[in-house]
Amino acid sequence: MASEPENTEGTPIPSSEAAAPSPLVAALQREHPEWISDVIAAFGEITIVVPREQIVAACSFLKTWPESRFDFLADICGADRGVEEDPRFEVNYHLFSTTKHHRLRLKVVLSEEDTHVSSVTGVWRTANWHERETFDLFGVIFDGHPDLRRILLPEDWQGHALRKDFPLRGYEPYSLT
Amino acid sequence: MSSAPNIPPQFEIVDRPLDTQMTISMGPQHPSTHGVLRLELVLDGEMVIKTTPDIGYLHTGMEKLFEYKKYQQGIVITDRMDYLNPLGNNLAYCMAAEKLLGLEIPERAQTIRVLMCELQRIASHLVWLGTHALDIGAMTVFFYCFREREKILNLIEAASGGRLTPSYFRIGGLMMDLPAGFERRCKQFLEAFPAAVDEFHTLLSGNRIFQKRTQGIGRISAEDAIDWGLSGPCLRGSGVNLDIRRANPYCSYENYDFEVPTEPDGDVWARYMVRMREMKESHKISAQALSRLKPGPVKADAPKVVLPDREAMKSHMDALIHHFLIVAEGFDVPAGEVYQPIEASKGELGVYIRSDGGSKPSRVHFRGPSFVNLSALPVMAEGEMVADVVAIIGSLDIVLGEIDR
Repeated sequence: MASEPENTEGTPIPSSEAAAPSPLVAALQREHPEWISDVIAAFGEITIVVPREQIVAACSFLKTWPESRFDFLADICGADRGVEEDPRFEVNYHLFSTTKHHRLRLKVVLSEEDTHVSSVTGVWRTANWHERETFDLFGVIFDGHPDLRRILLPEDWQGHALRKDFPLRGYEPYSLT
Repeated sequence: MSSAPNIPPQFEIVDRPLDTQMTISMGPQHPSTHGVLRLELVLDGEMVIKTTPDIGYLHTGMEKLFEYKKYQQGIVITDRMDYLNPLGNNLAYCMAAEKLLGLEIPERAQTIRVLMCELQRIASHLVWLGTHALDIGAMTVFFYCFREREKILNLIEAASGGRLTPSYFRIGGLMMDLPAGFERRCKQFLEAFPAAVDEFHTLLSGNRIFQKRTQGIGRISAEDAIDWGLSGPCLRGSGVNLDIRRANPYCSYENYDFEVPTEPDGDVWARYMVRMREMKESHKISAQALSRLKPGPVKADAPKVVLPDREAMKSHMDALIHHFLIVAEGFDVPAGEVYQPIEASKGELGVYIRSDGGSKPSRVHFRGPSFVNLSALPVMAEGEMVADVVAIIGSLDIVLGEIDR
């Protein structure tokens, strides 16, 4: 359902053509329609699916735009929709405004062959570790990141542990020596 | 020979005796890093030029494990993340699942959740205070803090059976109602606690050494703090008045009367004062919650999600069937994704759950406040002395179990 915004036919998920779920999204739609691939409003939360090429521009705009003022990046997390899915990966940006106290989720979807997306460390510096974590566990490559190394797993770890095709117990016992 | 005749030239006084930089490794077994954290420090003499935190020593792949466990089995994993604030983790996870399920939580359960979370916040702050003071060299405070924390752990044990890993909250309510006599014991504790906080102040706040070690150390401005995603007492220590309990209220926090303490300076002392004042506010909220406890159900009316009562199982066939199905197969959660933030003792704890519609989540992600707060350590430690790094780490109140997950 909400996880597959591409297949909106026959599902109750409101797409961008339907009534805008919030004044913020409606205003953004007027301002920059090219940044909005889809809008998902479910469970009281709004998700905007942003084309991969536009994520940095959208983030820097939303950070300072008087309507939104998303000056606080709460979280970035990756997700694997499943081995057969295409696009397979998604990166979720959870935005928060310290003055307006509203939240928004931006979503970028990535295919398995090309897991590159531009880094938003230039917009919020806190993105640094979040992006390293997503790179470490999903293999999403953030172009322009100043220090894209593994963060939780060891440097010489093979594979990306939170991908669905990575077995729960790993491939072989990991040795520290 | 230009210097005075009695001093050989190689012993002339210079400002920087070692004109070289030195890289040292602090941790992972350093006692003041509160777990297994390694810092790579580049030093010029005793001054810190660059700090590179190295984490992951406690990584146990919890987020992967969630995908293989049913929703209700995930609760016990959350206990082990931030092990000083397990009830906060329980709450965030349960609330995220409840959001997906669309469950309405009864008032009594909400009030008990608030009460227990605020007691847990005090307990978490007490561990912070004890270890922070210990790091700086004040041994006594540690014992006083753990004495008070013991009383809270006894209360949590009375309610849930667990001290460090209570797993008291369930999706749809609570594990069980409070035991008989809990309110009296809780009242006893709450009556005595403000005096204990004053005691901590006399031990520490007026101490000249403690003040010298904390004031003006590890400064971060409000703009930087927001940019680095600091949350909780670390953010409020930089003068930003932001508390998720106020900004995005949950568990009817909007009905409680409490202040959000802030301090403008952004140094170790400011973060210390914010937490000290926060303990009093948490005490205030706990007392209000305790006075609002009214008899009522503590589990939501959702027989397919919430385990039935023992008594009902003995007399009602459908209760027995539901019990069997929930335990054996779990319950299906509607497909979708949610992000549920709460104000944990260390800052914004966010839980992202993505469901495919089955009885196991497709993805669970924790936005740990310690993880994000630690990422700003290099900014605060730059230009400080090595010994101050210890004070700064203490003021961040990190728990490595949550950072590494």
